Amino acid sequence: MEHSLLLNACVYLAAAVIAVPLSKRLGMGAVLGYLVAGILIGPFGFKLIAEAEDALHFAEFGVVLLLFLIGLELEPSRLWALRRPIFGWGGAQVGLVAAVLFGAALLAGVSWKIALIAGLGLSLSSTAIALASLDERNLMPTPAGQASFSILLFQDIAAIPMIAIVPLLGIPESAGGGGNAWIAVVKVIVVLAGLVIGGRFLVRPLLRFIAKTDAREIFTAFALLLVIAISLLMQSVGVSMALGAFMAGVLLADSEYRHALETDLEPFKGLLLGLFFIAVGMSVDFSVFLARPAIVLGLVAGFLVLKIGVLYGLSRAFDMARGQHLQFALILSQGGEFAFVVFGAAATARVFSAEVASTLVVVVALSMVVTPLTLMAYDRVSARRQGAKRDDQADEIEPNEDHVIIAGFGRFGQIVGRFLNVSGVKLTVLDHDPDQVDVLRRFGFKVFYGDATRADLIRGAGAAKARALVVAIDDIEDSLALVEAVRRDYPDLPIFARARNVTHYYQLMDRGVQMIERETFEAAVKLGRSVLTAGLGQSAYRTRQTADKFRKYNLQNVLAVYPYYKDRDTYVSMAKRGRDELETMIARDRKAVEDETGHDWD
Amino acid sequence: MCYKTHAKTAKNTTMTAPDILVLYAHPAPQRSPVNRRLADAARAIPGVAVQDLYELYPDFDIDPDHERSLLAAAHLVVFMHPIRWYGMPSMLKEWMDVVLRPGWAYGRGDCALRGKGCWLVTTTGSGADAFQAGALHGHPFDAFLLPIRQAAALCGMDWLAPLVLHGAADASEAVIEAHVHEFTRRLAGYASQAAMKEVRHGA
Repeated sequence: MEHSLLLNACVYLAAAVIAVPLSKRLGMGAVLGYLVAGILIGPFGFKLIAEAEDALHFAEFGVVLLLFLIGLELEPSRLWALRRPIFGWGGAQVGLVAAVLFGAALLAGVSWKIALIAGLGLSLSSTAIALASLDERNLMPTPAGQASFSILLFQDIAAIPMIAIVPLLGIPESAGGGGNAWIAVVKVIVVLAGLVIGGRFLVRPLLRFIAKTDAREIFTAFALLLVIAISLLMQSVGVSMALGAFMAGVLLADSEYRHALETDLEPFKGLLLGLFFIAVGMSVDFSVFLARPAIVLGLVAGFLVLKIGVLYGLSRAFDMARGQHLQFALILSQGGEFAFVVFGAAATARVFSAEVASTLVVVVALSMVVTPLTLMAYDRVSARRQGAKRDDQADEIEPNEDHVIIAGFGRFGQIVGRFLNVSGVKLTVLDHDPDQVDVLRRFGFKVFYGDATRADLIRGAGAAKARALVVAIDDIEDSLALVEAVRRDYPDLPIFARARNVTHYYQLMDRGVQMIERETFEAAVKLGRSVLTAGLGQSAYRTRQTADKFRKYNLQNVLAVYPYYKDRDTYVSMAKRGRDELETMIARDRKAVEDETGHDWD
Repeated sequence: MCYKTHAKTAKNTTMTAPDILVLYAHPAPQRSPVNRRLADAARAIPGVAVQDLYELYPDFDIDPDHERSLLAAAHLVVFMHPIRWYGMPSMLKEWMDVVLRPGWAYGRGDCALRGKGCWLVTTTGSGADAFQAGALHGHPFDAFLLPIRQAAALCGMDWLAPLVLHGAADASEAVIEAHVHEFTRRLAGYASQAAMKEVRHGA
């Protein structure tokens, strides 16, 4: 038993380790890699794993963790502010998609019960796939990302009554009486109240207590225990585990241990989500597919066309940037995890025959596989269009020669860009937030929307004729990838980079970047100066001189450690030595200042 | 920086607008035995505003508009600083470069500084006897004041007799005391003269 567990773990991990990097290398994203890995090791691939069902069940906990972590990011006040998109847009999405699918099924001659449940179940999207796709493309903060998120949240809520009404449509005996519904509602309210009170007066003191014992693994264990316990509790009163975990997350969002919980749970979430995608891949029942390939493919195609159509239409009604409508529709197009549950419930309640249920499950699973593919195609096409558009303009007016390209127009890039702009520098901005893009275009900036690390986008933005490139991207990996691509394709283009931390600073140095600024250093020194002058009444000019010395020594120190940073052990001891050196430097500074006091002449 | 400047000046302007503007420039006031005491003495006299330039603009980011508005309101401008390398500290030179704009400070008939007093209060490290032909500094001390004197003349300002403490490096406490006293006496005199003038003009 134990042996087979380890063997299974070995198969899953090996499949992921091989398939995911390969898939990312081919530009297809991690999600598709996991799905393919699942298909390969599953009953219709190399048959390395037999029980796809169990794995899927277990891996659903990845989705639970995902929602808990999302909840941690959302304080109650922010959630309240989102109520309109959640209920308005979410309601519209579920209602309209379900109605259209229901209508289409009726027209195709399906009985109304099956049509209704299929329509409702298929209106839900996959939280895991949609959020992972948004994340991969850095789209979470954009309007399309926010709308997707709100809608997914509503779907998690909507799944509960859906699962509840399925038995009512089936054989009457399984349906409960009216009184039970009231009791259920009361139960949910009681549990929620208990969570709010317990969260404040029990969980937080406990977290503090455990954090004080300084046993790191126990903190992690408690974090997992917390999520699992709350999810089971919520499930016992009829709320989905994912939604329960989400609410628990929201309740802990303003706690001081939020970040500790996040960092501890993050790797579990990642692995379990991966397992979830693998399990989805394994559960694609190819025997059902092979029995009637035409019907299954037709159903998948019809379902996707209808759902994408409705989503696209809805996105026009939402406040969303130009060019993001189709992307939004594609991201939410697939069937979701909850569809498996709804259809499972329908099969148990004998609304569905086993055949209908398994066919629909295959349709959902295939639609999940199709999503990353369509998104990849979308990325390719939109990149080419961007490039083409740029070429047209270049032919007409030869714009933005002698310009400066700024990659990443967030908090950091914005300041650089606005400063260069008032200095009369021609700017080209690359950013992936279409909201920004629209504002900037209105002010006459040349703006390219998209992932700055893509070679075609850099070319399209006119890197060949640029005077300088400012790399101000948040993400360290993207920043390094962009630097590598530019060094390779445009070795003469000077790069000015923002370093998020010292390691990033070194990584940029490795790639030949010479002009690097640590993003927080200057601001921190500046604030230190204010403390000394405004706070402690020290002489402003003297403080400035001390700050200048401090900056110089600090940079010397950083550069002195550079040759050793790759060798981890030496690096640690060098950094320690660096700290000692800094101490002596500071002591020396102080002594120098003191020595001077004795000697005056004016 | 701007906000800080206004706040510092406001302290001295609670009663009336300051008639006398002291431009105090010492790069290391914590090491100054003479100039710092002169600045403190000036601050104690009503109607005198002291602009501690190194304190206000440690990054040399002088606010020219604000400085010009202070100049416009003053009747007497006091340059208070040690002599370094035969001239004023770099901050004060920067101040002149950015504040005394052509067309505002000079170059027109009715320029902003015309008729205002200009008083130099300074210290030297060497004794008075070092300032003569054949001695350490080779020229009489007055020869080194030529640029600032001519600057005042260009702006149409009245040049008042400078107050100089030579040999500040070796000055005894009694000498410094006497110097500060003399400075205070003359400054208070200018302050009351200015006040009188104001009254007369008002009447």
